[in-house]
Amino acid sequence: MSLKRTKLYDMHVEYGGKMVDFGGWELPVQYAGIIKEHNMVRQKAGLFDVSHMGEIEIKGDQAEDFIQYLMTNDVKTIKDNQVQYSLMCYPHGGVVDDLVIYRFSREHYLLVVNAANTDKDFDWIQLNYQEGFSGLIIENVSEQYSQLALQGPAAEDILQKICSIDLKDIKYFWFNPRVKLAGIDCLVSRTGYTGEDGFEVYTSGDASVIWEEILKAGGEDVAPIGLGARDTLRFEAKLPLYGQEINEDISPLEAGLGYFVKLDKANFIGREALKAQQQTGGGRVTVQFEMVGKGIPRSHYQVEKDGVNIGWVTTGAFAPALNKNLGLALIKSEFNVNEGAMDIIIRDKKIPARIRPGIFYKRSK
Amino acid sequence: MNAAAELFYTESHEWIRIEGEKAYWGITDYAQEHLGDIVFVELPEADIDIEAGDRLAVIESVKAVSDVYTPLSGTIILVNEDLETSPELLNEDPYENYIAVIAFSDISEKEKLMSVSQYEAFCQEEDKK
Repeated sequence: MSLKRTKLYDMHVEYGGKMVDFGGWELPVQYAGIIKEHNMVRQKAGLFDVSHMGEIEIKGDQAEDFIQYLMTNDVKTIKDNQVQYSLMCYPHGGVVDDLVIYRFSREHYLLVVNAANTDKDFDWIQLNYQEGFSGLIIENVSEQYSQLALQGPAAEDILQKICSIDLKDIKYFWFNPRVKLAGIDCLVSRTGYTGEDGFEVYTSGDASVIWEEILKAGGEDVAPIGLGARDTLRFEAKLPLYGQEINEDISPLEAGLGYFVKLDKANFIGREALKAQQQTGGGRVTVQFEMVGKGIPRSHYQVEKDGVNIGWVTTGAFAPALNKNLGLALIKSEFNVNEGAMDIIIRDKKIPARIRPGIFYKRSK
Repeated sequence: MNAAAELFYTESHEWIRIEGEKAYWGITDYAQEHLGDIVFVELPEADIDIEAGDRLAVIESVKAVSDVYTPLSGTIILVNEDLETSPELLNEDPYENYIAVIAFSDISEKEKLMSVSQYEAFCQEEDKK
């Protein structure tokens, strides 16, 4: 099977991106090096091609009710031009996908979903639509959009230079669907996946022009960033990744995403299971930990307490800006103790770690 | 890719440099380039006896975990402890920054290794895969 390419493929090659197969997409894992790129985003700004992300559009009178039924979060609390992070669950409480919802109006939404889940999500949405709703237009419009992200403390100043509106008017998790960047029609939101301030840009126009204009406008304060640093940035900011912190067998409550699950709203898929899980505690919980011994925790490494298995690492890594080896682990709830000691099994050796809340990156506002 | 002329190379991208009775041992420029930013090195213990083919070290970059094997049998007489605090030295100069020094027991094992020109050709083939 040949790899899919985004409209920015030529830009990646031109700027020295090291291209890899990323879930069927040929995308840059890095340019200058993951750590350099990571620190660039923390200190100045970085530009990402995230055109592989999926977009599903839902239009019609019942759009709000239908989305409310699909999602764990309460979509009725957002207004036109607002964005909401949410999850779609199966009836048993496992996660279909996590996503962001863009509300154009009560009758018109855009769901931005994980690239690898796009087809699965679309099928899931269609299936549930056919079982109880009507009069909606549901379209997978992923092919129509390129998506860029400009992230970092300098992002606003840089993007403002090529932008037709005052970006200060776009607040955190809001968007403007009618913006011109370098003369090209775009939707711009103040959102991202790095733990920094920044923007995401959607366009059906020539994204490579915007790419070049942003790099020109930013000069030395901006650099192209690959998917390697996208992962270390999201992890260091403790943002979940589908397939690791959440999946069809890990619920949002177990992953520590209970804030995005509104059990008191009207019926939605997974509500009964999640409610039961909340009442009984569910038995598993995601904890933050820091390595005490030498070693880097990695996904799927086992976690032990006094020689007994209590769970596994969902994501672990060297956190470049914090200069620490950190992890998230899904463990049995009774072992979730502040400063609790546990062992990460690294190459058959027990390497000590400690549960320690508040160790992940939070930008100063 | 850079490869140094006086070294011998393995198919798993280690190098050795023979000086009298001992051999310096490390990873190649090709290896560090493919691993990316190296953030952790698990070093072998000094004074242990080793067999050719043993996994002696583990190198971790941001994205990958990679085993490092010895092509020579013998005893480890020195490990480069600088790599514990500064693993990035392997990115900066993989030929200057050896991982360990081996007192080898069988010089004939060197015959199985590649010369610089053979290794360069081998890496070109690897890149085509």
